[in-house]
Amino acid sequence: MPIHDQGYRRYGGSKAPLGQGWTVIARAGIRAMFAKRAFLGLLLMAWLPFFVRSVQFYAAANLPQAAVLAPSADTFRQFLDQQATFVFFVTVYVGAGLIANDRRANALQIYLSKPLTRLEYVFGKLAILATFLLLVTWVPAIVLLIVQISFAGNFTFLKNNLFLFPAITVFTFIEVLLVAMTMLALSSLSNSSRYVGILYAGVIFFSSAIYGVLYAVTRSTMFSWISFPANLEQIGNVIFRQPLRYDTPWPLSLLMIVLGIVMSGVILERRVRGVEVVA
Amino acid sequence: MAEADSVATLETVTVTYGRSAALRDVTTKFAAGAVGLLGPNGAGKSTMIKALLGFIVPTHGRMQVLGLDVAQAPLAIRSRVGYMPESDAHIPGMNAVSFVAYCGELAGLPRVDAMQRAHEVLFYVGLGEARYRNVETYSTGMKQRIKLAQALVHDPDLLFLDEPTNGMDPKGRDEMLELVRDLAHNKGVNLILSSHLLPDVEYTCDHVVVMDKGTIAAAGPIDALKQPRGRVYELRVKTPTGELEPFLAYLRTAGLDCHATDEDVMRVFVPGDGGARRLFALASSERVQVRHLRPSVPTLEDVFAHAVGEE
Repeated sequence: MPIHDQGYRRYGGSKAPLGQGWTVIARAGIRAMFAKRAFLGLLLMAWLPFFVRSVQFYAAANLPQAAVLAPSADTFRQFLDQQATFVFFVTVYVGAGLIANDRRANALQIYLSKPLTRLEYVFGKLAILATFLLLVTWVPAIVLLIVQISFAGNFTFLKNNLFLFPAITVFTFIEVLLVAMTMLALSSLSNSSRYVGILYAGVIFFSSAIYGVLYAVTRSTMFSWISFPANLEQIGNVIFRQPLRYDTPWPLSLLMIVLGIVMSGVILERRVRGVEVVA
Repeated sequence: MAEADSVATLETVTVTYGRSAALRDVTTKFAAGAVGLLGPNGAGKSTMIKALLGFIVPTHGRMQVLGLDVAQAPLAIRSRVGYMPESDAHIPGMNAVSFVAYCGELAGLPRVDAMQRAHEVLFYVGLGEARYRNVETYSTGMKQRIKLAQALVHDPDLLFLDEPTNGMDPKGRDEMLELVRDLAHNKGVNLILSSHLLPDVEYTCDHVVVMDKGTIAAAGPIDALKQPRGRVYELRVKTPTGELEPFLAYLRTAGLDCHATDEDVMRVFVPGDGGARRLFALASSERVQVRHLRPSVPTLEDVFAHAVGEE
């Protein structure tokens, strides 16, 4: 008689209520990324500017000779600008294969044969990328704010710049939503994560290149709405109450961002299906 | 068949891809137990399964699975069914046990239970020793088994198996069919097995739904479908004149369906009861000697051929 029956048995345990499948996808995706050493190295690098800024805040708070380094609202705006490079690399590293790899392995029909809606699937994938993007934007920026308070030993800076917390939060969430939705939409268009990475880089650099050409011809920044990064910069400056960088009206930049998110949503709606119908 | 006995029903379901209809006004019921969905390639079998899973929205008609309306409760249905797709499918970058446990979690199992069930079903489908290998390194036969494991991990009430023996070698195919048969007959799992292979369906299933060109050609218990309304015999005779044709004409006028298959052997369909006795009586009245008479047992192949209109 066997000690443990290895045959098929009916399951008598409990099951989670419907609607929680996205958390399973998100948890598994986040765990898988943390298991990659190369990615941990990238995350560490993405936090280097945070450590540099921390040293700056320490010096400004404790050394009278370094008072010129005292932070302002623009310091945080600049910090998030610097993080844009890491946002790009993290987006490509984490996001390119999120749906493309599933398409290559025909995994969508496995996912969607479980009690999981297409929206939950996309939301789970979005949560993976958004978590890491927030980890290199919102989290260091907020911790930096806390570091400033700690080193200064008072709340004066925070009281004078109370808008900073909501500004950091609103800007980073807009940035993360746009970037993550765009990457997911591109990822759903192909079965190759490499091709998706190249496509994403193309969208970023090509849109900036077209704007650069138009600027060179017209000597006007009115066409900055064409550039994917320029729209984020323009909105970032509005949110951080900084002078605008381009002549483009900021509502137009915001409209382009919203349009990008909506278009990505439409692409995802059409591409994420349990069965590919070629009519 | 009582409503409670059916695990899936379709009422006047039509599914179109562009201008071509994959399912045409299909009305049928799948009985509890093991049901074979039989038909040639392109008959609409996979489309029907995908429609029942809610992947494809029909242009017309209603469907129910396990008593739940597909249009209104697709998630509740999917939490109670398992699907083994026809094509190669897995979650990339995972070993077998992680993949199957992950599928269990997606189906709502707690993490610990999902992992325990993953180990159990992997042993059950014969992948126990290979469960820590990356799925991408698996052979075709192993990939078929892991697709079955992921469909089973959450203990579904109904399994949809789409061509489960595709690409398997004869030994692997036999083992897969044995698993399917065991699930249906010993483990109490209802299943719908889509296949174009008659022996697979005949070995594993009790009922069959035969499809052809997007319509239902025949449906019912296999044994009942194989029961002819009459009987077919192989017959060899010696006539007084040495000519066969007059006797054949005589049999046809008596309402029998005759086909000469060889030089002197013919297949004779005798409708109704008393087949052999009636044949002997007819032969006797024409002074024909019956030299060979053997009942021809109809196979599922005959049922299938008859259903899709083949000779």
